[in-house]
Amino acid sequence: MDEAIRAEGLLKQFGATRALDGIDLSVPRGTVLGLLGPNGAGKTTAVRILATLLAPDAGKAWVDGYDVATEAAAVRTRIGLTGQYASVDEKLTGRENLVLIARLLGFSRRDARSRAGELLAEFGLEEAAHRPIQTYSGGMRRRLDLAASLVGRPRILFLDEPTTGLDPRARLDLWNLIRQLVAQGTTVLLTTQYLEEADSLADEIVVIDQGRVIASGTSDQLKARIGGQTLVVAPERDADLDTAYAIVTELAGRAPEVDGSRLRVPVTDPSLVPVVVRRLDEAGIVARELTLRGASLDDVFLTLTGRHADVESADEAVEVTP
Amino acid sequence: MNSLQQTLTLAWRSLLQLRRNPWELMDFSIQPILFLLLFLYVFGGAVAGSTEAYLDFILPGVIVMNLVFVTVYVGHGLNTDLTKGVFDRFRALPIARWAPLAGRILADMVKQAWCVLLLLVVGFLLGFRLGAPAAGVLLMLALLLVFAFAMSWIMVLVGVMARDPEHVQLFGFTALFPVTFLSNVFVPLETLPPFIRAVVAANPVSLLSEAARGLLSGGPVFEPALWSLVWAAIITVVFAPLSLWALNRRLARS
Repeated sequence: MDEAIRAEGLLKQFGATRALDGIDLSVPRGTVLGLLGPNGAGKTTAVRILATLLAPDAGKAWVDGYDVATEAAAVRTRIGLTGQYASVDEKLTGRENLVLIARLLGFSRRDARSRAGELLAEFGLEEAAHRPIQTYSGGMRRRLDLAASLVGRPRILFLDEPTTGLDPRARLDLWNLIRQLVAQGTTVLLTTQYLEEADSLADEIVVIDQGRVIASGTSDQLKARIGGQTLVVAPERDADLDTAYAIVTELAGRAPEVDGSRLRVPVTDPSLVPVVVRRLDEAGIVARELTLRGASLDDVFLTLTGRHADVESADEAVEVTP
Repeated sequence: MNSLQQTLTLAWRSLLQLRRNPWELMDFSIQPILFLLLFLYVFGGAVAGSTEAYLDFILPGVIVMNLVFVTVYVGHGLNTDLTKGVFDRFRALPIARWAPLAGRILADMVKQAWCVLLLLVVGFLLGFRLGAPAAGVLLMLALLLVFAFAMSWIMVLVGVMARDPEHVQLFGFTALFPVTFLSNVFVPLETLPPFIRAVVAANPVSLLSEAARGLLSGGPVFEPALWSLVWAAIITVVFAPLSLWALNRRLARS
């Protein structure tokens, strides 16, 4: 198989913390790998090693066939990198940042300007092109970060948490841009804390925790292990909890987890919601909360490790009010 | 594109930041002029009997003092690049390993030259006249830039060690204030109590000021210039390797 990125047994220790504890990765050319994990799982360390910014303590990695340790210069001509740390100059304008990178990559003055213009148009940043980055919104900033990593038309792209902290709208915009790049044949390694993001962009997902791979497979394979969605029901009156418990147990086919006055149960069939609403109504129960949400990284973690994940809240809740 | 061009491009980028940030530009323009005017008009009468007589003495002194302070911006800029991730962006590009640092230091040399020339022009407007051959101005500029380059290495170390840009400034200025004030920048060496005279006489800031005075107004040049260069060499030999070691350590740590 033709691999764009390959890693074998990557190990990295910072003081007493083992950031990477033997990670293997393989990304076929033209595909998207989603590296999913909570804060401190080792995602960023892995990307930094693959992008030649950091040397591993042990293990080997190749990008486009070049060894990241011994052929770093060749690797750097083939990659684009976007992350919280690989950033642009906030004091320069969007256009200046892109021209700067183009010039550093050896573009002539004229080519640099035209490449910057192309990218600004492609990323919808023409109007903001002459403004310093520090005046940009979060979404614009990420788009420019992404544009900056594409100046040299890299065939392999590292995106380290590209949408963390963005509002849903800006996140969708960025997803669409990433999809376009993938459609053009770019290989992408994406790290994220959001299962939904990995689900929507990645061909294959690798879940890492404490520097180890704890699960991998396609999104469907992972969901089959985890259960698709979670139903949350909270009756208005605590006195109704028992009745609600009985109704949810009967409909979901399993006993819910009781969390205060909340009932939580994994479900696979979304059409269950209207039935639950009707049955609660018939029983005269008013729900304070009735939610069906997609599985989150936290659910994945709870299932795979029995622990909660340390993630920023990213619940895309579907609220239903009876 | 070769590594020299990469360095020039990165230096251009540092200077471009100034155009977008009037406040920073003011730091490099208003501040030195303010120093000159304040010291000239507040201390002139007391120290030299008149502001006219003091100008010859204080102008080279303020030029050197300002030079020393402005080196802090090397550390400040480097630390900003490190903490904001701009440095890593450059490191992931196929460019020379040393180009980002060299570009920053080169840009700083340009800022330094700007400050020196600005102060000279303002000095002339206030009535300063050269008392030595005009070529002395160029020699002074060269000597000052060599020293500023050496000082840059100290500030690279500060920039690497500091948690954030604010700490670079805090630490930089706190350390540099006593160094610049324990010198002959403001008052002649002879007026100082004997027990600190030896320290002040050996201070590179004093030596550099004395050499600058000699080159602008006449007086001893060779000896203070030579000792300034010796200081510059010592600082570079000690701090350049130390700074690069600390930089590589910081880059390998996260």
